[in-house]
Amino acid sequence: MEQDINTLEQPIVRLRSQRERLWHTFSRNRTALLGLIMVIVIVLVATFADDWFVAVFQGRDAQHLLAPFDPAKQDTRSRLQPPDEAHRMGLDTYGRDVTSRIIYGTRVSLLVGILSVALGGAIGTFLGLIAGYAGGKVEDWIMRSVDVLMAFPSLIMGLMVLAVLGPGMSKMIIAIGIMCSPAFVRVVHSSTLSVKENDFVLAARSIGVGKFRTVRVHILPNILGEVVVLASIYTATAIRVEANLSFIGLGVAPPTPAWGTMIRDGTQYLTTAPWISIFPGLAILITVLAFNLLGDGMRDIIDPKSYT
Amino acid sequence: MLRYIIRRIILAIPILLAVFTLVFLVVRIIPGDPAQSALGDYASKEAVEALRERMGLNKPLLVQYFHFLGDLVRLDFGESLISGKPISEQVAYALPYTLELTLAAVIFGVLLGVPLGVFTALNRNNAIDYLGRVLSLAGLSVPAFYFGILLILIFAVELGWLPAVGGGDLVGEPFKSLKYLVLPAVTLGLIMTTSVTRLSRSAMLNVLSEDYVRTARAKGLAERVVLIKHALRAALLPIVSITGFWAASLIGDSVLTEFIFSRPGLGKMLVGAILQRDYTALQSVMVIYAAFVVAINLITDLTYGLLDPRISH
Repeated sequence: MEQDINTLEQPIVRLRSQRERLWHTFSRNRTALLGLIMVIVIVLVATFADDWFVAVFQGRDAQHLLAPFDPAKQDTRSRLQPPDEAHRMGLDTYGRDVTSRIIYGTRVSLLVGILSVALGGAIGTFLGLIAGYAGGKVEDWIMRSVDVLMAFPSLIMGLMVLAVLGPGMSKMIIAIGIMCSPAFVRVVHSSTLSVKENDFVLAARSIGVGKFRTVRVHILPNILGEVVVLASIYTATAIRVEANLSFIGLGVAPPTPAWGTMIRDGTQYLTTAPWISIFPGLAILITVLAFNLLGDGMRDIIDPKSYT
Repeated sequence: MLRYIIRRIILAIPILLAVFTLVFLVVRIIPGDPAQSALGDYASKEAVEALRERMGLNKPLLVQYFHFLGDLVRLDFGESLISGKPISEQVAYALPYTLELTLAAVIFGVLLGVPLGVFTALNRNNAIDYLGRVLSLAGLSVPAFYFGILLILIFAVELGWLPAVGGGDLVGEPFKSLKYLVLPAVTLGLIMTTSVTRLSRSAMLNVLSEDYVRTARAKGLAERVVLIKHALRAALLPIVSITGFWAASLIGDSVLTEFIFSRPGLGKMLVGAILQRDYTALQSVMVIYAAFVVAINLITDLTYGLLDPRISH
């Protein structure tokens, strides 16, 4: 029995926009979605630790909002007090509330992690695009410099830059930014090399599109996916390195709570008051994991064959 | 092959030279007068001037640079600004500890990571694979010092099986000092293990779908033979390259592990040199780290050429 092709039930096809398609694939990837949700929650915690957004307009000091206590308030009589109803994660050596300090510490980790990767990623992507597109001497110089920078293990390089700049948050952002830029140069360079061989690049050039516009409009969008994945994974690395440097004692200056510094302070009391170190460590673990999950999931979406 | 080896070695020389130059320049732009910081704020002008003269800081930069290179070639690192002892002596004492630690961590990473990767690849997409994936991501996310602290709490404090701090007497009693090595090596090797697991898994998955693996199975070869002789051998190339990458990376990360476990080593020298602004020690230690990374990369490349003859041609 044959049916006329026109009477066959037609599936309803609704064309999705590019953004919708992207979200569709993204939301189906459980790893990426879980990572994204975790990152959003962490960002919210950092933002609403205190009511700075109201305080700015009222011209007063910000007061703790999400954090149950003032992170700097000391209560030396009840120092090293174990976790209880009021202080869920106990008190530290100065009698400060560990929960509140962890909540405030989210800010340092996120700021350093995100800003350093934004800095290193921007520099790295820029140089990688130039090296890949320009070729010749320029490419040689940039890539050989990257080879030299790569000869320093990342932690050593971070320490080296900090030795020159001195300690502090903005210097740490610069140090970690410089540390992660070579990876961006390498990835962007090799992707640019392969993307620029495409016919659409040749077509654009042949109708007279300028070099800068070609790179910006035709090459950059095609490698942006890889840059975003790398950025997510390097944010995880940057947060870990920040914690490492703070732990060594080269991090943000003491009154500001930072997770690495908190763990360092607690190491003397590991046997008597382990909560001082244990909980900030969990905070680092969860935050780094969030960015790793996000990056890993996104890499799966871009290149389903490999995950390493 | 010999030509390939020679070519690679020659290629490494300019990189090494550039690295030395970079270290030299970086140490020179560190703010503050090294002579002043070595003698303290209350030192007389004459004393500071005398030290500057003795350290060669009054000479032109280019002359200092060639002195620096000349000393490096003779493996003479000069004297520590703080203790006044020859740095070569300190390095000779510290370096074996750092190398021992890094080597042990790399061995740990390969011996545990590769079998785990193969195992999860064989159990693709079932519960074991998923668990492995979650665990390996978690392993990549633990800061090493945190993991080290947890290990100390469990194995040194609670159970009392292993010592928490120190490095033992590596030269005098090498075997007895091994128990000092266990916790630091596991701490340092964790991140590499997870990374090697993930890479070996995907490398195995790529290889297992190849035709020659199917042919080997069709011939009726034992599964063990197929896995080891056909599949794993082909998957070895990416594994070698990631091992090289991590060996270079871990020698840097060892700074932190040595710090946590109060182990003697280059890391202790480096952190001390930065905090005390001992700039002769600083430049020597950084040069040594970088030289090891260049050497490790060279060895990785050479192994590559050995495993895959196509590369060396």
